[in-house]
Amino acid sequence: MTDTTTTDLAAPDAGLPGGWQMVIGLEVHCELSTATKLFCGCPNQFGSEPNTNVCPVCLGLPGSLPVANDAAVTYAMRLGRALHCEVKPSVFARKNYFYPDQPKDYQISQFDQPTNIEGWLELPDGIRIGIERAHIEEDTGKTSHVGGGGRIHEAGYSLVDYNRAGVPLVEIVGKADLRTPEQARQYVAELRSIILAIEVSDAKMEEGSMRVDANVSVRKADEPYGTRCEIKNLNSLRSLVRALDYEARRQIELLEDGERVIQQTRHWDEADGRTHTLRSKEEADDYRYFAEPDLVPLDPSAETLAAIDASIPTLPADRRQALATAAGVTPVEAAMAVERGLDDLALAAIEAGANPARVMTHVEHNLAADEAVRLDAANFAGLVTMETSGELTATQAKQVLAEMVETGGEPGAIAAARGFEAMETGALESLVDEAIAADPEAWAKFCAGDAKVTGAFVGYVMKATKGQADGKAVTELLRRRAAG
Amino acid sequence: MSPTSASTATAIAEAVRSGERSAREVVDEHLAAIEAREPELHAFNLVMADEARASADAIDRARAAGEQLGPLAGVPIALKDNLCTRGIPTTCSSRILEGWRPPYDATVVQRLAAAGAVAVGKTNLDEFAMGSSTENSAFGPTRNPHDTSRVPGGSSGGSAAAVAAGFAPLSLGSDTGGSIRQPAALCGVVGVKPTYGSVSRYGLVAFASSLDQIGPFATTVDDAALLLEVIAGHDPLDSTSIPQPAPSLRSELGRGVEGLRVGVIRELTGEGIAPDVARRVTAAADALAVAGAKVDEASVPAVAYGLSAYYLIAPAEASSNLARYDGVRYGLRVDASNSPEMMVASRTAGFGDEVKRRIMLGTYALSAGYYDAYYGKAQRVRTLIIRDFAAAYEDFDVLLSPTSPTTAFAFGDKTADPLTMYLNDICTIPSNLSGDPAVSVPYGVGDDGLPVGVQVLAPAMQEATMLRVAAALEASR
Repeated sequence: MTDTTTTDLAAPDAGLPGGWQMVIGLEVHCELSTATKLFCGCPNQFGSEPNTNVCPVCLGLPGSLPVANDAAVTYAMRLGRALHCEVKPSVFARKNYFYPDQPKDYQISQFDQPTNIEGWLELPDGIRIGIERAHIEEDTGKTSHVGGGGRIHEAGYSLVDYNRAGVPLVEIVGKADLRTPEQARQYVAELRSIILAIEVSDAKMEEGSMRVDANVSVRKADEPYGTRCEIKNLNSLRSLVRALDYEARRQIELLEDGERVIQQTRHWDEADGRTHTLRSKEEADDYRYFAEPDLVPLDPSAETLAAIDASIPTLPADRRQALATAAGVTPVEAAMAVERGLDDLALAAIEAGANPARVMTHVEHNLAADEAVRLDAANFAGLVTMETSGELTATQAKQVLAEMVETGGEPGAIAAARGFEAMETGALESLVDEAIAADPEAWAKFCAGDAKVTGAFVGYVMKATKGQADGKAVTELLRRRAAG
Repeated sequence: MSPTSASTATAIAEAVRSGERSAREVVDEHLAAIEAREPELHAFNLVMADEARASADAIDRARAAGEQLGPLAGVPIALKDNLCTRGIPTTCSSRILEGWRPPYDATVVQRLAAAGAVAVGKTNLDEFAMGSSTENSAFGPTRNPHDTSRVPGGSSGGSAAAVAAGFAPLSLGSDTGGSIRQPAALCGVVGVKPTYGSVSRYGLVAFASSLDQIGPFATTVDDAALLLEVIAGHDPLDSTSIPQPAPSLRSELGRGVEGLRVGVIRELTGEGIAPDVARRVTAAADALAVAGAKVDEASVPAVAYGLSAYYLIAPAEASSNLARYDGVRYGLRVDASNSPEMMVASRTAGFGDEVKRRIMLGTYALSAGYYDAYYGKAQRVRTLIIRDFAAAYEDFDVLLSPTSPTTAFAFGDKTADPLTMYLNDICTIPSNLSGDPAVSVPYGVGDDGLPVGVQVLAPAMQEATMLRVAAALEASR
């Protein structure tokens, strides 16, 4: 996160008092789902018995040497390209610091020559959030403190599990372009859907395969950036939004009381809904980075990069745009269908001539995320056409759709078997007359132009037909009667 | 102590393969030599008598069963104690590794076993290979077999002394700034630092990763070539390993030096070099000229800055490489009330003064605000040295210099002032910075009657030419 003033891409209202604005930059760690670890052949596996997926290399035993895992490097570059980054010739670097779960007491990471630089990610509403870099590094082991309620200071002793040590990570450093907790949530959700789409990680925040740290500061609009705090332990999107909201208000309160924000790392406590000081950053960490002499630079050939680009499927933003264009809606409106993976079905149905609005309604309200696979697009289009031609009412269509998902059947056959036939106009007309006769007072209002009473007449007809009538046709008949 | 033809590795392997001698007989002979003189010399941290007899017996059984024996069949070899040996203590002559037994063999150790070599022990060194005399060993110094009041050189002093004393015809050392060549010179044996990347570093406990290279000690150039052929060649476990098979070296040794262009490095033959040592270099150059080489003076100006650059780069890498000795996973642990204090207590008790000095130097050189002035600048000097060597090799096939500025010095002579000790490596350090190979060949004695080594340097991967020149020098003695 650079501490310079940038022109806002957008400054939506974060609901903060007194003209305050948040500036948020996220650092996301993503564990790559390769078969083996980053620098050795140990399984990259979550949930094994402690210290069983280890070898001299990932334990950092004297004399051992790292060898970069080609698959991990390829995954990292694929992620970089999916985030529109430039993939550069890069070098590994050692980040030196002492910690028991760090087997070599340095982490092999990247520093001044990361693999991916200068990309962006597009939120559903079209705002682009800058990506500064996405670099490759190894994960650490996991320490658990035994006794004293698991807190380090009161623990009787600590145990370290090195199964996670050496698991490949990509750290995606976003620019400080986010302005609201909701944007931050969208950013992480979008990043996650990209990662899932290109199949480089399972990106589970709850299991730690996707970990988010947030840098947040506040300022009055158009002023330079304020002092930031880094928030850790954000294990869900909900935590992220709550923590950002809390932290912004904490900082504003300090500043309005004439105090100052101290640059520090803070820990989000989901239980009490607050952030707590973890360590002060006033003394800057000195990691004594230098190029890792045990590894050679990464310099992918043009062919390698072309192959990586070719392996990237259509990304969520492009899928939203495609559906939005076809359906005549905004990309935001198309987002749910894309998130649920129903966009291909919707596009095919629209292509086959089905009414886009009805298609979108069914996709958003009447289908679940995994149902596209059991639904034939042509049948789906057929159903929508039956509905728009008046052969089926909306309610009937919904019921037929449910059965189509269940059985994979064809809509005409299902409708026939259920005895759904478009009610003859004559029959419907006499029911409408019945309804008018039953409530002359409401009818007078309707004729005077009060549309609010329409529901009473439609309800009467629906009740009489057990919901099989077409509500739109009823309304049309009422209008015609009123017009005389 | 000069090798009889029957005691060379080449002769032993041939005798064992032909059945003229048993591997067991050979190893027992060498174990007897060790027993006789080791208490006086302390070349070893560990003598592996039982393991050595067992592997010799296995070789004899394999021969009896008609199996093909390797190029080092039955040849005793001593291993520097910073090479990992499965299940056998590997100490780096440091208290910090107390009790640690590696769960794996170094690649070179595996290759030696596959070639039929018999490891007889782990040799003493300056702690973590930091030093030029073995006086920095936590377990006491090694003595020079030629004069026990003198140091054997270092850091691979134990490996050099073991070969010089006839404890084994071969040994392995590691060379970061001269740690094979300088003790080879001081002990009167052949010592080779191969091209960086030609011998796998997997299983060599790191001192300075970009400079460390494993190499052979032997009594003859032919034996050194034989051992290098066995241990060199690509290893997928070392990313810096050059993806080429081991070179063929022995077949080239007899080709002579007719027409080869030999340059005597001007910057390494003047000031700081003892006159008796300088005279031996001149004699070597003359001998090569007599043998038909074209000898001239060469200039590699940037080598003057080699020592300064080295003492920033090597400690910087060491400060990081030695961070892992924190008491958490293996080796010495000194208990304390929390893990940071435990780490400090363990490292304080476990490391010797020279190691601590270099960790501090290196930490400082990498610190924010100093990186560019020290580490960054040293890396640029390194680039200059590489460039100057490349320029010299346009005019010369090999270069010549002393290996060490003096013959073996007395214990305590240079321990008071670390800088005096560091100056011992002034002729050897440039090859580590450039990554090029160099060999030290015994070439007569100094005024004190102690061995003098002459260094032959060559461009990367030109070990064959380099050893040809070394063999010619050997033949001219």
